[in-house]
Amino acid sequence: MGSSRSRMDDIPHAQQLIHETDFSAAHLLRLHQRFKFLDKYQTGELRPRDFGAIPALALNPIGDRIIGAFFSPGRETLDFPSFVRILAHFRPTDPNRSRDSTQQELANSRTRKLKFAFQLYDQDRDGKISRAELLQVLRAMLETQVVEEQLQSIAERAIQEADLDKDDAISFDEFRRIVFFFFVFCLQSLEKVNIDHKMSIRFLK
Amino acid sequence: MQFPLLLLLFSAAADLSGTADLRETGLSIPASAPPLLLCPQPGAPRDLAPPGLASARSAVGEPEEAQNVGHHGGGFRVVQWEWTYVQTPYIIAMWLLVASVAKILFHFSQHFTTVVPESCMLILLGLVLGGVVLVANKKQLYQLDPALFFLFLLPTIVGDAGYFMSARLFFDNLGAILTYAVVGTLWNAFCCGFSLYAAKLLQVIDERVQADLMDFLLFGALISAVDPVAVLAVFEEVHVNDTLFIIVFGESLVNDAVTVVLYKVYISFVEVGVENVETADYFKGVASFFIVSIGGTLVGVVFAVILGFITRFTKKVRIIEPLFVFLLVYLAYLTAELFSLSAILSMTFCGIGANKYVEANISQKSRTTVKYTMKTLASIAETIIFIFLGISAVDKSKWAWDTGLVSCTLVFIFVFRAVGVIGQTWVLNRFRLIPLDKIDQVVMSYGGLRGAVAFALVVLLDGKRVKAKDYFVATTIVVVFFTVMFQGLTIKPLVKWLKVPRSSSRKPTINEEIHERAFDHILTAVEDIAGLQGYHHWRDKWEQFDKNYLSKLLLRKSVYRKSELWEAYQKINIRDAISVIDQGGNVLTSARLSLPSMASRASFPEFTNVTNYLRENGSGVCLDLQVIDNVPGAKVEEDTETHHVLAENLYKPRRRYQSHYSRHFMSLGEKERQDREVFQRNMKSRMETFKSTRYKRHKKERSLKKRQGLDRDKPRRNVSWQDTDPVFVSVESDEEKDEHSDAEKEEDVGITFVARRTETPKPRPKSVPPAVGDSHSPTAAPPSPTNGGSLLPWKGSVSSPPPCVSVEATKIIPVDLQQAWNQSISSLESVSSPPTHTEPVHPRVSALSRLGVPRPISYSPPGSVGGCTSSIGSQVVQSSLCFPEKKKEQEMEEEQEKEEEAELQPLLAPPTSLTKPPPPPGSAPSSGKRRKPSVYLRSLVTTPSTGSNEPHSRDPTQL
Repeated sequence: MGSSRSRMDDIPHAQQLIHETDFSAAHLLRLHQRFKFLDKYQTGELRPRDFGAIPALALNPIGDRIIGAFFSPGRETLDFPSFVRILAHFRPTDPNRSRDSTQQELANSRTRKLKFAFQLYDQDRDGKISRAELLQVLRAMLETQVVEEQLQSIAERAIQEADLDKDDAISFDEFRRIVFFFFVFCLQSLEKVNIDHKMSIRFLK
Repeated sequence: MQFPLLLLLFSAAADLSGTADLRETGLSIPASAPPLLLCPQPGAPRDLAPPGLASARSAVGEPEEAQNVGHHGGGFRVVQWEWTYVQTPYIIAMWLLVASVAKILFHFSQHFTTVVPESCMLILLGLVLGGVVLVANKKQLYQLDPALFFLFLLPTIVGDAGYFMSARLFFDNLGAILTYAVVGTLWNAFCCGFSLYAAKLLQVIDERVQADLMDFLLFGALISAVDPVAVLAVFEEVHVNDTLFIIVFGESLVNDAVTVVLYKVYISFVEVGVENVETADYFKGVASFFIVSIGGTLVGVVFAVILGFITRFTKKVRIIEPLFVFLLVYLAYLTAELFSLSAILSMTFCGIGANKYVEANISQKSRTTVKYTMKTLASIAETIIFIFLGISAVDKSKWAWDTGLVSCTLVFIFVFRAVGVIGQTWVLNRFRLIPLDKIDQVVMSYGGLRGAVAFALVVLLDGKRVKAKDYFVATTIVVVFFTVMFQGLTIKPLVKWLKVPRSSSRKPTINEEIHERAFDHILTAVEDIAGLQGYHHWRDKWEQFDKNYLSKLLLRKSVYRKSELWEAYQKINIRDAISVIDQGGNVLTSARLSLPSMASRASFPEFTNVTNYLRENGSGVCLDLQVIDNVPGAKVEEDTETHHVLAENLYKPRRRYQSHYSRHFMSLGEKERQDREVFQRNMKSRMETFKSTRYKRHKKERSLKKRQGLDRDKPRRNVSWQDTDPVFVSVESDEEKDEHSDAEKEEDVGITFVARRTETPKPRPKSVPPAVGDSHSPTAAPPSPTNGGSLLPWKGSVSSPPPCVSVEATKIIPVDLQQAWNQSISSLESVSSPPTHTEPVHPRVSALSRLGVPRPISYSPPGSVGGCTSSIGSQVVQSSLCFPEKKKEQEMEEEQEKEEEAELQPLLAPPTSLTKPPPPPGSAPSSGKRRKPSVYLRSLVTTPSTGSNEPHSRDPTQL
């Protein structure tokens, strides 16, 4: 990694990306470096198998879902700008910028963060987390710890809790409601802050 | 107020009259207590401190007897004054009593306690008590003794706090906590020390205060640490949000290491003399900080592992599980103290670390015991600390006043705290995901309360070496009082005024559990992808380690296999179920639940009445009894009903005497079993209610037919429900017999019962499976539903009916209540045995209900039967005999009903006649109870339509 230090010139559309995602140049460099590291075959694009090579990710119970979320439907490759854009979801919301009108557009807005999380559940992208989809996630997370019946009752209950329109599935609005509700009121009652906290990581530098 | 005062006087006087050994030291009684307690002398009371009351009593008893026997020679004295013998435990017990009573008194006024924090009141009380003692004795006997404080009072509070602290929250904010605790405390200590020294040089502080730089630094060190006891006491009442609380409180715990080190280093410097301090000593001081803090933490972690490991094997000795928790947590504290490490850190980490494993390993009862005992001890320790703070302040001989020193200290600690917080927050916010905003900073600055730790430390100072000790003591007292009382008093309004986000107690939901986990995974994955080794990365690593090694080592195998999510799910369900029942009891809930499904709820005036009634009376059970009293019926009737209710509510007759006593095991309490029973019955009846309502909707036409005394069927067991004909003792008949029938009514919950009472004293609602809906012929109650209900397994068994909820029933429930309904059902399932039977049953039942054919309910669990007087076998026989008859009867209408009644009457008398269809009294009661809930519904439904014919049937609870 160290041998091939990225320079801003190497990064395609650097300025545009910075503007778009609000990453700093340093972040961008770092990410580009990481991108090149992951891109073992120097194709300039990442494939799912490149992600699969990350050892920690292989252990992650919902790792493949997350990998899947990086690839837009039907595409097998991921170029650097998309990579950055996806990661931008996880930037903490800048409190000073959140009042700007542009905030809606940023990938790290709360809605976008939630949307991203939602898509991890909603594998068929029909805008709803069906019972089966929820079950899949649960199964992945709980692995062998729980028997199928228990999983089902958990899923059942989760859907009942969240399902307001009685369609036996969790729509995005419902999802946002529960998750938001719980971050806001349960964990720490600071208003918006919490969702950001839950769905943000700190990009060093 | 007077009571504690009297007590205090008494104990003070008693102390005077006792031997003087304690008083000579001029110390408080508690001060002398520790040695006594630690190394019990032969003949001295061996009890440990807190349970002093009991021990004192036993100690009083023994000597008297001994003397009575032994003193024949010198003339027999009936009563002897053995004060010296019981003195220590007695006084301790007295103090505990005073403190506890004081707490009660404070809470008499709700309004008052919401404004004034308890800690303030306790200090004031202490001041008053101290004054009284001083006047009475001319000398202050009691004081907050450092040894007592550090060895007994402080550990109880820290242990409680550490054990129940949210580990996740603590580690999520660890960075901030450490910064404030280490950097902040150092900053405060140095700044205070130097500033005071500067003030001294500027002669703001009087010359009488003989102190140089080292003394001031020492004083700064002990006065600058935020105190966990004070923070807990004040913040617990303020309810700021969790993050804010954990940061302030975590800081107060962790800064102990800093305080200990600074204090010790300075003490040694003061003793050696500043001029003799070498450069190497400074480095040693720094090194000792790491040793003290890391060492303390390690000790705590080691004890946490030991604790977890031990509780893994306590399955056979459940009764002493809590003891292990207390002992090891306390040992962690003492061990750290032994090596002069940071004891608070050690205890905190022991608590945090062990909590997860211990809670999973020990039984539910032990968990409750641990929780309550810890809270009790911590609460009383806190009370005593504050009272003693107040008392200590009265002792004028101990302190000397210097206005300059006091005011300078007050200003400095406040200013430097604020400056320190703002500065550190500014730095921290560059790294924190959630920045701490200005309001948080204000609260954190303002919440820097000083307390008993500072006081105990300053009292510990050696007056010969630190010449200004008396001034420091006075200043510390003022600072503590100012922060605890003034700031404690004003922080609440401040928090309100600043609109600091409060913590809200929201019930966790299963979704939270799921998404929380999912989000953790997501973030970890994203960190991995982005190549960051951030917080989530390490947390995930830790969790892997925990799962693969630690949990395997520290958790029981049975526990290890369980999934946390599943546990959480069950907990949530049980909680929901309980809360559903708690809120207004069955009646209210069932009424509410059932109403929406009813066609015309508005038309039933009773509903409102019932609800009001319920509201007024609170719990359903109470209602029951009261309602009974109100029943207009004849006295006989009342008696029977009362009897009936009692029989129902008491379920199985209690055994007066436990057959065996074991010190090592606690058998499942009778009470508990009953609670469970009650719970299950409630749920059953509710379900029945739902069913019935649904039926009503669909089958109004059929209502006429319901007469069948399905109730009878219920009691029988073993009769397959397929046997079509239920034995009908027409409900009406039962009711006419009133008393008998009532008495006979089976198991179902009293609550439902109540409802029916209110409306029509005895109409049995069809809703209940037993729904012998007959009485309501006009009403919608279809017979079949009742049957179905009776058939359902849950109805039957009292002891452990498998709870099954039919799908249909669920649908009946109003949308808004469905969640609660589902939860309660699931909790039921978890509580009782597996619901295997349910599935098969439901379809059939429903089918049956559609057919409208009343089925005899064969299924009555043995438990219920057992409760009833009559033997099951006989019941079965009877029931089977009855069935055919009953069917016919069912078909027949009201006339038949009358006949049935006639039949029933014989039954009422005694259960002797086998030939007669009427169910034995024992069985009848169970059915009756079930009906009760339905009765209510029925009455609602029926009332308007009730035909003239029906009346009698209704009066008694008809099925």
